[in-house]
Amino acid sequence: MGDYVRQMPHQGSADLARPPSAASRLHIDVPLLLLLMALTTYGLFVLYSASGQDMGAVVRQGRYFAVGYVILILGAQVSLQRYTRWAPWLYLAGVATLVAVMFFGVGAKGAQRWLQIGGFRFQPSEIMKLVVPMAVAWYLADRTLPPRFKYVVVSLALVAIPAGLILQQPDLGTSLLIAASGLFVLFMAGIGWRYIFGAMVLAVASAWPAWMFVLKDYQKQRILTMLNPESDKLGAGWNIIQSKTAIGSGGWEGKGWMSGTQSQLDFLPESHTDFIIAVLAEEYGLRGVLFLLALYVLILLRGFWIGVHAQTSFGRMMSGSLTLTFFVYIFVNMGMVAGLLPVVGVPLPLVSAGGTSVVTLMAGFGILMAVSTEKRMVVH
Amino acid sequence: MPEHIALKDPHRESRIYSARTVTAILVVLALLGVILARYYSLQVTEYEIYRTQSDSNRVKLQPLPPKRGLIYDRKGVLLADNRPSFSLSVIKERVPDFDATLAQLQQLVPISESHLEKFQQRLKRRRPYEAVPLRFRLTEEERAILAVNRFRLPGVVVDAQLLRHYPQGELFSHAIGYVGRINEREAFELDETEYRGTFHVGKVGVEKFYEEMLHGAVGYQNVETNAHGRVLRVLERYAPEPGDDLTLHLDIEVQKAAFEALGDRRGAVVAIDPLTGGVLALVSTPGFDTNLFVNGISSTDYSALRDSLDVPLFNRAIQGQYPPGSTIKPMMGMAGLESELVTPESTVPDPGWYRLPGDSHRYRDWILRIRGTGHAPEVDLKMAIAESCDTYFYDLGRRLTIDRMAEYLAPFGLGDRTGVDTTNERRGVLPSKAWKRDSLGQAWYPGETISASIGQGYMLATPMQLAVATSVLASKGERRVPRLLRAVNGEPLMAPELEPMQAKPENWDSIYEGMLEVVHGKRGTAKYLAKGIEYQMAGKTGTAQVIGIAQNAVYKEEEVNERHRHHGLFIAFAPAEAPTIAVAIIVENGGGSSAATPIARKVIDTWLFGSSDYKDPA
Repeated sequence: MGDYVRQMPHQGSADLARPPSAASRLHIDVPLLLLLMALTTYGLFVLYSASGQDMGAVVRQGRYFAVGYVILILGAQVSLQRYTRWAPWLYLAGVATLVAVMFFGVGAKGAQRWLQIGGFRFQPSEIMKLVVPMAVAWYLADRTLPPRFKYVVVSLALVAIPAGLILQQPDLGTSLLIAASGLFVLFMAGIGWRYIFGAMVLAVASAWPAWMFVLKDYQKQRILTMLNPESDKLGAGWNIIQSKTAIGSGGWEGKGWMSGTQSQLDFLPESHTDFIIAVLAEEYGLRGVLFLLALYVLILLRGFWIGVHAQTSFGRMMSGSLTLTFFVYIFVNMGMVAGLLPVVGVPLPLVSAGGTSVVTLMAGFGILMAVSTEKRMVVH
Repeated sequence: MPEHIALKDPHRESRIYSARTVTAILVVLALLGVILARYYSLQVTEYEIYRTQSDSNRVKLQPLPPKRGLIYDRKGVLLADNRPSFSLSVIKERVPDFDATLAQLQQLVPISESHLEKFQQRLKRRRPYEAVPLRFRLTEEERAILAVNRFRLPGVVVDAQLLRHYPQGELFSHAIGYVGRINEREAFELDETEYRGTFHVGKVGVEKFYEEMLHGAVGYQNVETNAHGRVLRVLERYAPEPGDDLTLHLDIEVQKAAFEALGDRRGAVVAIDPLTGGVLALVSTPGFDTNLFVNGISSTDYSALRDSLDVPLFNRAIQGQYPPGSTIKPMMGMAGLESELVTPESTVPDPGWYRLPGDSHRYRDWILRIRGTGHAPEVDLKMAIAESCDTYFYDLGRRLTIDRMAEYLAPFGLGDRTGVDTTNERRGVLPSKAWKRDSLGQAWYPGETISASIGQGYMLATPMQLAVATSVLASKGERRVPRLLRAVNGEPLMAPELEPMQAKPENWDSIYEGMLEVVHGKRGTAKYLAKGIEYQMAGKTGTAQVIGIAQNAVYKEEEVNERHRHHGLFIAFAPAEAPTIAVAIIVENGGGSSAATPIARKVIDTWLFGSSDYKDPA
């Protein structure tokens, strides 16, 4: 079955009137790019304070962002057809590397997540955050939508294999993110509500066996700690108590840039990585949190807008899934630091220090831009 | 039934997708609303609570350092205790102008450059809101001055802490060692939690060896403070567990007798109870005032100790390695009897020298210089020990060979650490062919066996090793690891016992008779010790050459530089029939064993009767 959409006669007619702008020739979605730049700039300011005024940390993060933008622009140049064609092969390669990690991986703190080739170290599970939704979208793109039961089952298998491999590394956070990104594709493909509600019921019902047989002790501990951080004041509860104190003591106005007592005096652990939102909330107050949320909401809305205006099923499903995954990062991170969710290793997207998530997120936005500029490609 | 072929319907797909997007946006906004509500409740509704919590955060938990265990001698005399001491500390976070405050403090109380230097080092390792000490041992007057000016000095605190104190000072310096301030390397190695609030750690000796027991366990208290960090009330308290009190085998009277008998000479005395392995005295002179080290010794004091030619910081009793000289002869005699190379009746001709077959070199007996001839035409074992005949042992050594000599002497504790419960013990040298090959890379020469057989040449032993060997002789083969620690919190401990030496009882008796003769015999080398003695003492004298003497040269004590004179050694145990004390003594450059022998009499008298009225005839 060919790509039917491309022969639609009415599409692109409005664009023919105008010569293509530089941005559209470069496949850049200008509103999205401006929003991302605003977010990363804001992030660097917070990081300077959170790292204890370490210009080195800011420069390092700036370099990650620079690499991220380059990847974004390169990713935007690749046509969606090519992504569709690559999807199955990337998926197979990804699963193969995950299996390789199982046997030859190196790790830290009891988890085996990295693969080392020469002096170069990388985390295959990170790439899978993009590859899994791509593979599901590729699989469903040619089917009639909403997908029939058989296709739902195959899609679920496509999600379950890598998610399972990552779960046993063990890396619960990434595994859940990857499973979510694949399931979002199914959701956006219009899978029936009975599946969705059925899955919810199943999830609730499986909570007990998961607690008994699947979750590791440290994961259970995190959940218990979230429910009652006071139970272990000096140990695992410390992080949550300190981060809640940091957020709460910031108030509406905040204590001022670089004046957060919690973060500057080292009471707050991981203050420049996973817990950076606590520094932001302490120093900029609720005002600063609202500004951050506004930026995130605008980025999410732009993502959904691109999805709605996409020309192919593949593009639609990809942009929907990528946008929702981006939302999951925000929700999980902000929720866990505020004590709403258990602590899992999910960074605050494009604000937390670190290069790995920047690269993945930016590559995702590159695909979004490819989707957003797709129709113009078809015309020319 | 033919399979239903579904055609893609782009309009329907697009419609479904839009509907799903709307749902997704609603869910996303709802969940972000939850997040926002959470942040709103933390930052607006509960702001006051968290603001207070954040303000009081800094001083919530205070460590309570444990009291260090005390150290007593066997009769309960305090050797190490803790005394309150006041120190001046600064909490940097609470000082508005750090440099100005330091300048102000310098005007109020004397603060030297070295205080400032150490303060800066500590400042780098502090935790936020930790009080960093600047000056210790404030005088009454200094405390008063600081109290008056307190309102002008925010962030400056004067606090009391217990500080280690050694009431006996120099007398026990080498026996128990000392504590000192935790340095950077130690801070890294010590358990961070257990040492919160503790600034001192055992550096050497018993204080270091039993650090874990002496330290105790840290406690905590939760305190509520005002904005200036003053403690308003204690909310919760987990009391610290004080360290264990240690009772040592050391006897202050015996220790004092040894210390005073050594006087201003360099030397060491170790006394052991052969029944228990308990160390009754461990003296090394000169000593030093261990109190100087407790809070960081000043550089002038330290360089004076370090650069002194007498090396007072060197613990001669366990680190000093000396040629044992003739004190090795009883052990050698035992080797001869056990190897059946000699019997109590067999004799060796003694012209005053000994010559190896096919070698013209004459190994002289010490008596030759005095009498011009040997001890007697024929010398037996008893006489050889009593009169310290070298020729007898030259001959025995040659026939025994160096490797078997090492084999027979090792069970006496020579050539390896005794395992006494203190730090920095050295192992001495019990030479053998393998030893020389491994450590010097050279072959063994027969002449070296001759030197070794009278405890010269490569052979080295610490006074502790000699005391252990003497204890083995006294108990006729029973071996114990020497112990300083006698009881913990009043609960007595047993010294670890080793496999006893396997030897014939009559052989022990032969050696014992020889050693008895040393003190009580007509021609014994320590016969003047028997003057007015009320018990029997068995002993052996020794002299160790510090410099080599050429073949035909004569050693004249007066002509030799003081530091090149012979070391005087003596080992003894008493009462001879049922020994309760074994001692080993070395007097560096004492000239000969007569420097060491009176010390033994004074030490043993004191142990047996509580005092000594022995007068040194010299």
